[in-house]
Amino acid sequence: MAERQKIDARGAFCPGPLMELIAALKLGAVGDEVDVWSSDKGSAADIPAWCAKVGHAVVETSEHDGYWSVVVRKAK
Amino acid sequence: MSKTILIVGGGLSGTIVANGICRQMGTELRTGALSITMLGTSETHMYQPGLLYVPFGRIREAELFRDQRKVLDKRVNFFVDPAKHIDVEKNQVTTEGGRTFRYDYLVLATGSRIMPQNIPGMKEGAHWFYDLDGARKLRAALNTFQGGKIVVNVNAPHKCPVAPLEVAFMLHDFLKAKGVWDKTELTYTYPIGRLHALEPVAHWAKPEFEKLGIKYETFFNTESVDPDKKTLTSMEGSVLPYDLLITIPPHQGAQVIDDSGLGKGGWVPTNTKTLYREGSTNVFVVGDTTNIPISKAGSTAHFEADVAIDNLVSLCQEGTFAREYDGKVFCFVETGLGSGTYVWFNYTTPPNPGPPSQMIHWFKLAYNRLYWLSARGLL
Repeated sequence: MAERQKIDARGAFCPGPLMELIAALKLGAVGDEVDVWSSDKGSAADIPAWCAKVGHAVVETSEHDGYWSVVVRKAK
Repeated sequence: MSKTILIVGGGLSGTIVANGICRQMGTELRTGALSITMLGTSETHMYQPGLLYVPFGRIREAELFRDQRKVLDKRVNFFVDPAKHIDVEKNQVTTEGGRTFRYDYLVLATGSRIMPQNIPGMKEGAHWFYDLDGARKLRAALNTFQGGKIVVNVNAPHKCPVAPLEVAFMLHDFLKAKGVWDKTELTYTYPIGRLHALEPVAHWAKPEFEKLGIKYETFFNTESVDPDKKTLTSMEGSVLPYDLLITIPPHQGAQVIDDSGLGKGGWVPTNTKTLYREGSTNVFVVGDTTNIPISKAGSTAHFEADVAIDNLVSLCQEGTFAREYDGKVFCFVETGLGSGTYVWFNYTTPPNPGPPSQMIHWFKLAYNRLYWLSARGLL
């Protein structure tokens, strides 16, 4: 059964939201989702750009009070 | 009533915690009100950051190792008997050797390990320096290297996040001194869209690479290595040829964490400030073992261990929690074989690396020996 994992990377300077996402996707199964929270606006653009290159699906991107949430589904 | 602190893992953070508690709770240890036990996996303690120097012949192997029993305070009950199952409901740990240890407080310090086997062809086709055997093989490969394509290939997640940049700079200096830099093409690959996770470090490194003639490719996550064709392919669809592949393999935490149901990939869900395992108030997690989204580095392990010591002592002596971890990380950055800089940051202060200098490089070399004072809880 597919799982959704949350990564709260707000304020994380290193390794940062995208690197955390890549690591989490490696451990997940196809269909699993990762919800990355980032206080870095750049991540809201970087994560979808990387997903488009690799082929993972961006399920949802939303802006909240001072942070962005990007939900990614492992596609392969 | 006597209390027992059990530490699983004999690396840097576990060792600092054990020694730090001994320094602060001498009376309790003497009267039998407290006992400390450590379950390790080896009789020897290795200074892991020293592995970076092995391929370049800049450190002697003997300098990397000490007898763990000599690094540990004599009052610590030390067993080389790896944990097999950790039961946080029953407050007990069973070992490979069949022993069962109960605890009042548990410290999980099981660390991380390289997993080149997780990427097809990597184990067969790549060199690395994140363990002694790999560092020795890379030293031999560099000694016979007479020019060609070198790829420094970084994979996520990995510990010691500045080491990949350091090895690239050190390779430049090493190969230039050897007289083969002009016949070498060095390419550095990184998983995200810049040269380092820390944005200021990435901004600093880019012109340095360009000045030295080091090529780079970002958004490169290795999918496979073909040892016969000598190519590596990324998930993003790029193919790079190599004559010598130096990889920073992906890492995972300890198998016992996964096997005990404490965290996928061996990373334990951990409160970013208290360092409690999520769901426990008598289990601390330190070092690489946490899933906290910060650098997996020796300094992180050290600063987390200091916080865990204060809280364990306070809980045992005063019945209350003492202080929170602020996310502090400090890393030296070797920028060649004769210069270095450093970077530090925490949860609220962004990193701001200064200009490299010979002095900082010397201080790093000094720290290569001072480390043993850190492990003993003296520095």
